[in-house]
Amino acid sequence: MTTETTARETLGAERLGMFLYQMMLIRRFEEKCGELYTKGKVRGFLHLYTGQEACAVGMMATLDEHDKIVTHYRDHGHALARGLDPNRVMAELCGKATGVSGGRGGSMHLYDVSKGFLGGYAIVAAHLPLAVGLGMAARMKKEDSLALCVFGDGSVGEGEFHESLNMSVLWKTPTIFFCENNLYGMGVPFKESLSTEIPKLAAAYNMPAVSVDGMDVLAVYEAMQKAVAHCRAGNGPYFIEAMTYRYRGHSMSDPELYRLKDEVDQYRKQDCIDRLKATMQTAGYLSEAQFHELTERVEQVVHDAAEFAENSPQPGLDTLFDHLTKEPAHG
Amino acid sequence: MVEMRMRDALREALREEMIRDETIFLMGEDIGAYGGSYAVTKGLLEEFGEERVIDTPIAESGIVGVGIGAAMGGLHPMVELMTINFSFLALDQIVNSAAKLHHMSNGQIHVPLVIRMASGGGSQLGATHSHSLEGLYAHFPGLKVVCPSSSADAKGLLKRAFRDQNTVIFIEHTANYTLKGEVPDDPDYLVEFGVANVLREGSDVTIVGYSGSVHQAMRAAEMLETQEEISAEVIDLRTLRPLDMDTVIASVKKTNRAVIVEDDWLFGGFGGELSAQIMERAFDWLDAPVARVSCKDVPLPYNRNLEFAALPSEEDVVEAVLRMFKE
Ligand SMILES: Cc1ncc(C[n+]2csc(CCOP(=O)(O)OP(=O)(O)O)c2C)c(N)n1
Ligand SMILES: [Mg+2]
Repeated sequence: MTTETTARETLGAERLGMFLYQMMLIRRFEEKCGELYTKGKVRGFLHLYTGQEACAVGMMATLDEHDKIVTHYRDHGHALARGLDPNRVMAELCGKATGVSGGRGGSMHLYDVSKGFLGGYAIVAAHLPLAVGLGMAARMKKEDSLALCVFGDGSVGEGEFHESLNMSVLWKTPTIFFCENNLYGMGVPFKESLSTEIPKLAAAYNMPAVSVDGMDVLAVYEAMQKAVAHCRAGNGPYFIEAMTYRYRGHSMSDPELYRLKDEVDQYRKQDCIDRLKATMQTAGYLSEAQFHELTERVEQVVHDAAEFAENSPQPGLDTLFDHLTKEPAHG
Repeated sequence: MVEMRMRDALREALREEMIRDETIFLMGEDIGAYGGSYAVTKGLLEEFGEERVIDTPIAESGIVGVGIGAAMGGLHPMVELMTINFSFLALDQIVNSAAKLHHMSNGQIHVPLVIRMASGGGSQLGATHSHSLEGLYAHFPGLKVVCPSSSADAKGLLKRAFRDQNTVIFIEHTANYTLKGEVPDDPDYLVEFGVANVLREGSDVTIVGYSGSVHQAMRAAEMLETQEEISAEVIDLRTLRPLDMDTVIASVKKTNRAVIVEDDWLFGGFGGELSAQIMERAFDWLDAPVARVSCKDVPLPYNRNLEFAALPSEEDVVEAVLRMFKE
């Protein structure tokens, strides 16, 4: 039996439908972000996740509610897949007081501690050691939770990548290192910035490592299930490289001089949404009417999110100095 | 009261806090079997075990990051960075993660972490190993910066650091480790942040110092008293963030003169900040421009004579004060 059939059968129509819905939601949400950016409603750096949706959806589906997540600045997809409120994520992108970070974080810094979503990090590889520490805390407090750390292929050149993998293995922390290899770090192909292959780096630190098709949500889900089981059993960290591709530029200001349109088209032919849709249709899990309904639902949620963001207030200027440090409440 | 060296007072603070709070653990380079580069953590591995006293790889950025993650995960770690010179490698974690997460997350996350490091020149360790960077860390909103000058303060401030919900940069001048002083043995003895210490009262000039430079300030004040009949008030800031400027301003309004002493470089240093605030708040009270006595603007040389020529001395302080009275 192929991976696809086993995962398809164990998951069933309802969960696969959920995966499809989430991937479609992220896709449409990102398109909307792009629109709002051109209208000047979203400002600053904006990194769209279009093309990589299978990674976020496949990984989050395997976690428990008490697990902790840290990710990189391309974080909208992870936030939505983790169940953060799309309204409040969009409000954050628009810098509004109702945003998940109160308008202080922006696109690259989404947080929702109530969901174990401990942030998007905009300094490449800076959050890798944090995930080791989170895993360490879980282990020391004898909690069953694990830490998931998501980062791009660009991270592997940083010293902190190596420091973190080493310490994580030394101290057997329940940490999953999930590398979204979308082939480029901004405009540099990862093969031009790395002398070896990514999973070999993890293996060099004695960490189990696999490489999977990151544009196949079922493959990501299965790899993550193994990683989660490994961590929960107290065996220490686990490494996943997911081969994926971003359809849009690195950020909104990227003229994309480093790649050909043809390459993008080739990857679009392996689109994660199209593939899951086809799988579900073959299995008789999805009718055209049901797909249409999903499309409408997604449209509505994204429309509502944009409207919520638009109608939300700006943070008051009197809050400028809020949350500088945490002090005991007086009184 | 017990008389102890600063390093022993620091160890007592760590011990008492670890006994009080089970979420506290220590990690750092050579803090376990070796006992710490300055023997601050000596014996703690034996007392608290490997789970709570962890020797780490030499990876400053990584271990500070792990400390931040563990703090976010509900523990209260202490990371020892051996010396402040190596903290450059951890600067991104300290500045971009520890100092900012509370604000960026709109108050959802906080990072209760104590980062200890030894600082200061004067030991002929050469340019790479002689930094004083208290002012650098004080530059960043979101951090607390503590730099004790005595055994009692070292204990009270370090214990206080573990009662804080934020990241505390705890800087220990190497010249202070062996200084002896009376230390209260009350396990609840704390020294509050943002409260400067008037070490010596005086009426003619205010000398402000922190960390190692407090001792130059005190010796200078004695010289001024006995040799020049000038009465100097000496203030130890104790913490640079939060900063107790009120005590400094009140003193300057009384003495009408201020001299700042620090081991850091003059150019762009913390003394410039103090000077500006004095000017802003006590301009009309000043009888002379604020004077700064700092490290000369060079990397600290190895040679003993050259190094001493670069570092501020009590004679430099006396000279600065006398110049004020001549003008
Ligand atoms: C330490 C650091 N250096 C440089 C940058 C600028 N920068 C932002 S994203 C990026 C590329 C990272 O690529 P990758 O990790 O593959 O993630 P992707 O954008 O492809 O998802 C760079 C160089 C940064 N944010 N942080
Ligand atoms: Mg990349």
